[in-house]
Amino acid sequence: MERWIERQKNILDFTLSSLFRRKWKNAALALVYVFLVFLLASVIFFTHALKQEAGIILQNAPEMIVQRSIAGRQAPIPLSYIDKLKDITGVSAVKKRLWGYYYDPTAGANYTVMAPEDVQLDPRSIIIGEGVSRTRQVFKGSTMRFRAYDGKIIAFEVKSIMPSESELVSSDLVLMSEDGFRRLFDASGEYATDLTLQVKNPRELSVIASKVVHALPDTRPILRDELLRTYESVFDWRSGMALFLVSGAILAFLILAWDKASGMSHEEKREIGILKGIGWETSEVVLMKFWEGMVVSLSAFLAGIILAYIHVFFTSAAFFEPALKGWAVLYPRFKLTPFIDASQVATLLFLTVVPYTLATVIPSWRAATVDPDSVMRM
Amino acid sequence: MRKSHAFLLYLALSGLCFCGLLAHGLFKKQADVEHLEAKCRLARTLQLTDMCLFTEASYTRHLSQADLHTAFQDYPMSLDHFPSGAIVPPPEIVRRTNGKVD
Repeated sequence: MERWIERQKNILDFTLSSLFRRKWKNAALALVYVFLVFLLASVIFFTHALKQEAGIILQNAPEMIVQRSIAGRQAPIPLSYIDKLKDITGVSAVKKRLWGYYYDPTAGANYTVMAPEDVQLDPRSIIIGEGVSRTRQVFKGSTMRFRAYDGKIIAFEVKSIMPSESELVSSDLVLMSEDGFRRLFDASGEYATDLTLQVKNPRELSVIASKVVHALPDTRPILRDELLRTYESVFDWRSGMALFLVSGAILAFLILAWDKASGMSHEEKREIGILKGIGWETSEVVLMKFWEGMVVSLSAFLAGIILAYIHVFFTSAAFFEPALKGWAVLYPRFKLTPFIDASQVATLLFLTVVPYTLATVIPSWRAATVDPDSVMRM
Repeated sequence: MRKSHAFLLYLALSGLCFCGLLAHGLFKKQADVEHLEAKCRLARTLQLTDMCLFTEASYTRHLSQADLHTAFQDYPMSLDHFPSGAIVPPPEIVRRTNGKVD
């Protein structure tokens, strides 16, 4: 065993010396490699953490939301629908939701305005998200003015600011009383934005959804499972956001691996020819090239994955911010909880180290099986 | 120092550093339980349906509430106006409804 280890170390010594002979080329390659691993790992860590967090939080979303559609567009739903929904067997509670959007021309930002049933608020006061406070520079006790539907200015006092830890769900929220909401948007007291349903047996949700459509044909039910699946597909690393962020990196890596696999340089072939000429066996040449692939890919993998962790969980994925921010003026600042499991690390290892090592070994095996004399004469 | 030893030392240190970060992740996860529960409570009390990720357009702010028309706000072949609209797929309900007519 000791002899085997010593042999590996000797070959590794030789491999490292060989890599150092072309140090600038290899350093550039390693740098690009680290960057690719960093990008891939950042996307996988970021999207997985968001997916996990969304999954946990949205488990607390309403079991079913019923919206009314008129001419294909969402429209206010009459409160008289509440009784019709309560009559459906299996429905245990129906609540109304009052919410909408407010474009603030001062900040150029969109807010989500809500009038929650379970939060008691004075008609003149509001609770705002941390993002609203940051964007508008309003704090607890400040007055915030909104332009109502008729152009009149309504002033609200900021009662409190939602905690910054909840920015991922509350950054752009403005909570106000029902009176305040109806005054601001001229929303009739006979309508709500949509309705939420609670059912006795969650396994009957799809049956109840079809009963809702049957009883109220102008409505569309949205199930909690659909919310969860929507966010799962947004954060799935093979689609949506991740694919957008990572496609460039994957293409760059493919070009790198393809370039490596498609052939060796004249110098590398000569080196193999000389090694064969002085008595190295094909297996030793392949082993040397295997170590070469491992040195570059494993070093880059470890450096890239460490940098990616720091990037996603310490700097809140600052590198992705411009892509995610788009044209939004109000952007939530959130620190993600690390959700890392072995499958993510294994996926990264499989996507980066394995193809590169194979791409290094296969052409060298081809070169090592050719007659050394002809390789050296090339 | 032999080159192989230096390389193995680098691997060991990097591996150790990565394990340290994984341990940080585990501790952070436990420390964040309270924050996560607060977010869950908020979602339950306010009956929230979506995460606040993209605030630039209504259909990316409330991804799950988008309807069949949101993808083509202006006309049937129009490209998405907002950058975030290009990186999020349509919601489940739109895909389910479209499945019947595709």
